[in-house]
Amino acid sequence: MSYRTPLSRAYGLGSAKEGISHWWMTRLTAVALIPLVIWVVYGLLQIVGADYQQLRQWVANPVNSIALICLMLALAYHSSLGVQVVAEDYVRRQWLRRIIIVLVYFLKVLIAVTSIFAILKIAFGVGV
Amino acid sequence: MSTDNRPLSPHLQVYRLPMLAWLSITHRITGVFLSVAVILLPVWLWLLASGEESYACAEAILGAWYGQIFLFAVTFSLIFHTLGGIRHLVWDVGLNLEVSAAEKSGYVIMVLAVLLTILVWYTACSQVYGGVQ
Repeated sequence: MSYRTPLSRAYGLGSAKEGISHWWMTRLTAVALIPLVIWVVYGLLQIVGADYQQLRQWVANPVNSIALICLMLALAYHSSLGVQVVAEDYVRRQWLRRIIIVLVYFLKVLIAVTSIFAILKIAFGVGV
Repeated sequence: MSTDNRPLSPHLQVYRLPMLAWLSITHRITGVFLSVAVILLPVWLWLLASGEESYACAEAILGAWYGQIFLFAVTFSLIFHTLGGIRHLVWDVGLNLEVSAAEKSGYVIMVLAVLLTILVWYTACSQVYGGVQ
């Protein structure tokens, strides 16, 4: 009887030794997202109905800024991995599948970078 | 060789999906919906960073009935997908894999998702409409 788990046998497979990296990163980002989502939903719930300045102050609070930046990174990564799987499952034409996957990855990078830029702008008080 | 008489796997149109299959596809649909909805986060943050007049536009859209319906859908999807994700992570460490256990946890997350969505919206509404003295 072997005591090795199926996961340990899957580690390091493939020519680049990254056979399960997609699976692993989905889980890693999912674990990261649990506390981040709870934190941000809880935080936003506290200031529902707040005016513009209060909202900016909330985002500018260093703990919230950092949590939001981490959230955007994990969210963008996790959702591009997820949409990739959905495209691989349901889009039959190879060229279309490739285009969708590449465009989704570009879009998610843009979403993360734009969000982080806006968060930092608010955090450092630039503009207003 | 004729291939006409081979058995077919159940077609979605005539096959009554088991409860676990419904949960599985709902997990996917909420995931894709959230992936689309996340596009609005940088827009919202950008408007927030651009000044009060710009942000008034975001506030008007999110405050309108369609904005509220959208936010409600996002709340439910986020909670459902997060709970479903936790369920998946439990499976990944090798627990709860029997069909009966998976069905039980499925019912738990369905009920929890509805209750938590109501809780979030109840808290939000009571703060907006009932909190001002």
